[in-house]
Amino acid sequence: MPVSAETNDKFAAYAHPERLVSTEWLADHLGDDDLVVVESDEDILLYETGHIPGAVKVDWHTDLNDADTRDYVDGEGFAALMSVKGISRDSTVIIYGDKSNWWAAYALWVFTLFGHQDVRLLDGGRDKWIAEGREISTVTTQVEKSEYPVIERNDAPVRAFKDDVLAHFGKPLIDVRSPEEYSGVRTTMPAYPEEGALRGGHIPSAASVPWGRAAAEDGTFKDRTQLEDIYHNDAGLKDGDDVVAYCRIGERSSHTWFVLTHLLGFENVRNYDGSWTEWGNAVRVPIVKGEAPGEAPK
Amino acid sequence: MTETATELPPQLAEIIEDFQALEEPDRLQLLLEFSRDLPQLPGRLADHPELLEQVVECQTPLFLAVELQEEPKRIVHLFFSAPPETPTTRGFAAVLAEGLDGLSPEEILAVPEDVPDRLGLTRAITPLRMRGMSAMLGRIKRKVSEVQTAT
Repeated sequence: MPVSAETNDKFAAYAHPERLVSTEWLADHLGDDDLVVVESDEDILLYETGHIPGAVKVDWHTDLNDADTRDYVDGEGFAALMSVKGISRDSTVIIYGDKSNWWAAYALWVFTLFGHQDVRLLDGGRDKWIAEGREISTVTTQVEKSEYPVIERNDAPVRAFKDDVLAHFGKPLIDVRSPEEYSGVRTTMPAYPEEGALRGGHIPSAASVPWGRAAAEDGTFKDRTQLEDIYHNDAGLKDGDDVVAYCRIGERSSHTWFVLTHLLGFENVRNYDGSWTEWGNAVRVPIVKGEAPGEAPK
Repeated sequence: MTETATELPPQLAEIIEDFQALEEPDRLQLLLEFSRDLPQLPGRLADHPELLEQVVECQTPLFLAVELQEEPKRIVHLFFSAPPETPTTRGFAAVLAEGLDGLSPEEILAVPEDVPDRLGLTRAITPLRMRGMSAMLGRIKRKVSEVQTAT
């Protein structure tokens, strides 16, 4: 049986409050039956330096990506991963991580591809838990293997491919990268190595909303009013819009996907995980340089 | 492995052999141990962060200082600083600190560019992050040639 959802005023304003838990709630529910806590970080060694007691680690690169093809694991791979992490199909999974849950949101999005029902984020992530002086452990959690069914991935509802983006012109696109990447001055995040894109710029007509705007100083999500101000007023999204979000490889845009889908209630949001490392290398796709979104091709 | 040993300074070759002797998950464990052992900055640098240079190509903040010691022999000292929440970066820095500190400028400049790949972590660690370590090595070499010409 799923663990009951947290209720508080901040979460209640969101479209799907049951997708978030606070650090306080988690501290009170550690050890609940059917609850599995997952840490997913950018730094592959961070979990080992200390994690929430009982949490298991899921690495976005070695666990969730296929080793050869640029794709996610398949149904069997996901079932095997869930099994060794002690996650069952009806487990309540709470994911948290570094960098305002950047990678945690990515992991949550991949869980969604497999239709895992009850998967939530820890508001504020790893940094908030640690900043509050809550207990951490360096003991790697030993789990008993679970049974997890082989579920075929269902990409279509939440994942966009390059051809989908080409067919999407005329509807809203959100580019969640830094302003420097959007304008084409850089092809990767400031202070990160330049990686793997031959062209700089953005997909024509995409609105620039860097992902981090959705996060408050302490790494928690901003409240609903603030988020509406960003995505409705600034980016011009309207209720019911069909939206595609992208970044460099689909990690930062998973964070925005979470915000649009679960906090603001957009029902048709897809993450284009090919993102700039595909688009910026593809032959003859349209690209706009500079700060203006530019026109969608007819 | 013998090939590696002949062309690298022994203290660096030894580290690479230690990594290669392990299975992949244990290599990560070893990198974690290195990250814990990254020496603290000496006071004169800790109090003067402006003497450190940021390696901008690294995914996470990493600061580096290179000093040339003339007596009793001409050797290079390396100093690194990276936050505790970036263990992978700290681990790479610690490997380079232990592998290169105390060598002559010529020995450091002769270290092959592919040393990071030889740790055997490329599958477990993203290519982006491995490039961060290559960037660290590149930056060390550049600083070494700078201090060398400055004297």
